[in-house]
Amino acid sequence: MSEPLLEVRNLRVSFRTRTGTVTAVDGISFTVDPGEVVGLVGESGSGKSVSMLTVLRLIDNPNCVIEGEVLFKGNDLLTMSDADLRSIRGREIAMIFQDPMTALTPVYTAGWHISEQIRAHEKVSKKAANDRAIQLLTSVGIPNAESRVNSYPHEFSGGMRQRVVIAMALSCNPSLLIADEPTTALDVTIQAQILELLRDLQSEFGASIVLITHDMGVVSQMANRVMVMYGGRLVEAGSRLDVMREPAHPYTWGLMGSIPPTDGTRAVRLAAIPGAPISPSDSDRDRCLFAPRCTFATDSCRPQPGLIEHRPGHSDACIIPFSERAQRRTEALAPMRART
Amino acid sequence: MWRFAGRRALAAVLVLFAISVMVFLIFFATPGADPAARIAGRNASQETLAQVRASFGFDKPMYMQYGLMMRHLFIDRDLTSFVNRGSQVIPQITQAIPVTLSLVIGAAVIWMVLGIIMGVAATAGRGTAVDPIIMVFGVIGVSLPVYWLGEVVNLITQSRLHDSWFAWVPPLGYAPLSDGVGTWALHLVLPWMTLAVLYAGIYARVLRSEMVGAMNEDYVRMARAKGIGEGRVLIRHALRTSLIVIVSLFGLDFGALIGGAALLTEVVFGLQGVGKLTYDSLQNFDLPVILGCVLYAAFFVVVANFIVDLAYAWLDPRVRHV
Ligand SMILES: Nc1ncnc2c1ncn2[C@@H]1O[C@H](COP(=O)(O)OP(=O)(O)OP(=O)(O)O)[C@@H](O)[C@H]1O
Ligand SMILES: [Mg+2]
Repeated sequence: MSEPLLEVRNLRVSFRTRTGTVTAVDGISFTVDPGEVVGLVGESGSGKSVSMLTVLRLIDNPNCVIEGEVLFKGNDLLTMSDADLRSIRGREIAMIFQDPMTALTPVYTAGWHISEQIRAHEKVSKKAANDRAIQLLTSVGIPNAESRVNSYPHEFSGGMRQRVVIAMALSCNPSLLIADEPTTALDVTIQAQILELLRDLQSEFGASIVLITHDMGVVSQMANRVMVMYGGRLVEAGSRLDVMREPAHPYTWGLMGSIPPTDGTRAVRLAAIPGAPISPSDSDRDRCLFAPRCTFATDSCRPQPGLIEHRPGHSDACIIPFSERAQRRTEALAPMRART
Repeated sequence: MWRFAGRRALAAVLVLFAISVMVFLIFFATPGADPAARIAGRNASQETLAQVRASFGFDKPMYMQYGLMMRHLFIDRDLTSFVNRGSQVIPQITQAIPVTLSLVIGAAVIWMVLGIIMGVAATAGRGTAVDPIIMVFGVIGVSLPVYWLGEVVNLITQSRLHDSWFAWVPPLGYAPLSDGVGTWALHLVLPWMTLAVLYAGIYARVLRSEMVGAMNEDYVRMARAKGIGEGRVLIRHALRTSLIVIVSLFGLDFGALIGGAALLTEVVFGLQGVGKLTYDSLQNFDLPVILGCVLYAAFFVVVANFIVDLAYAWLDPRVRHV
């Protein structure tokens, strides 16, 4: 087994607010291996962004309390010096954010943004950095890169801007790319193009990707491995095939019900998971947080069930005996598919 | 960028023309009043009135009157005041302009530098004592009335401590640049600071709130994620985008001050600037001087705005194409 590229151990992030402490990330642990694409899924507010922002210490909120360890190539990013962290940010770990419209500083050109990043990490001339910017823009599929390198953000469409951001993220050949809902702000055709671009670049550059999304469809296209988050905890993790074919956690069943099946049994309406997502300020955390919305919940959903590896490489946090899962899953998914 | 500048210059010329027409209409074509009587001032004699009528062509059509007026103002430059009999208007204005320009430009440099330093320092010091301390200084600066502050400064530097600490302070008044840069600056340094205190306070507060907003923007988080140092993030990203607001504010304030709003400072420090001249001519109802002041002020306001527009376009690529 090779050493993992990124190893997160028992990461916990909470915010002190006027109304009490909010736990955004509640003790998650996972690893990302070199060259793999990990999909991180979950509803809005489940702590996906916060957990990945914490990896690069990008939350600059004085009321934020972070515990745990984030080991990148063996070094803890949470305790390392600012200077060391800076040399990892952008060079070893790059990030792409959800909204390409606001991710670029409006007063600088695309080339300036890319050169800034290159020159932050390498001693190269402006000219050389600009030439590399042109190459990168070409490789992310921007036509006329020689002239577009001098365009300002407002002169690009949303999809093109996201390509510029991707070019910037790849400019120092990072070994890990964190993409936080890179396609959510784009329309459907552009979404597909950007995902395809990411997939091509991944096979070309060989970087690992953590792809944050709330769209199971995106995960099934892109990821080797899937992690499902709910209420700041991981509730299921496994290879894409395992999680997509035989999801083990009732919350994942709910998420699966919300994507259109591709096997012919077209659902007319996509099912939503009933009930409201758990609020991160909920103080009653010593239980399965999904229990209030779960059809199979019993009294034994407390205390909090741990993440258990029932099969090699596929773990989940649910008290339903593993042998009964297949049947329960059919029960859970049947009404959703039947509404045709 | 050049096309933008050309278009702006053309627009500035058109604005000046429109202002001159409007001023002319207000002064000379207001129904129910005899413009000659107004130009000649209170209690004018019959022959003065006749002289005024002839020289301004009040028996001729309107556009001729406008042309004559402009000729008196800009070509012959022989407009005379009838209140202060015989005194030429244009020399008064051309003497006042360098005073006001010196005062306002110097103060502007000080307040921009101070305001930007304070704003950036406060933003950088968020969450520490630095930020609130700077902001309190800002509020104090904003709330000190300029005439009061000026009088206090005068009291201290001209009388109370004049024999000890402030022996270097020259008497009130203006010294032209031709007397030497040192003398000129020495006469103006206290007026500059007095006028700058108010604006430095305002600009520091506006800049701080803009920059704190910018620091929460996605592009700042993106810049940090790129591995950019905090200083560069602050200056090249947050300050750079926030300057756009500061520059448009500057255009308004600078234009207004050049146009006469520096009156209080001019009065307190005995500077015969445009504000003081306008104020005096309003007191005597000296119409030709008022007219001259308004048009000259308009000219400088428009020019200042033109320069600010160029700076604005240089700072913000998004406005270059409109
Ligand atoms: N600065 C903060 N102060 C208080 N609570 C916060 C703060 N930032 C995030 N949170 C809380 O942390 C929780 C997790 O937020 P996060 O942005 O990680 O969700 P997400 O899974 O990325 O959702 P989305 O799909 O909407 O992006 C949210 O419920 C939010 O209320
Ligand atoms: Mg998010």
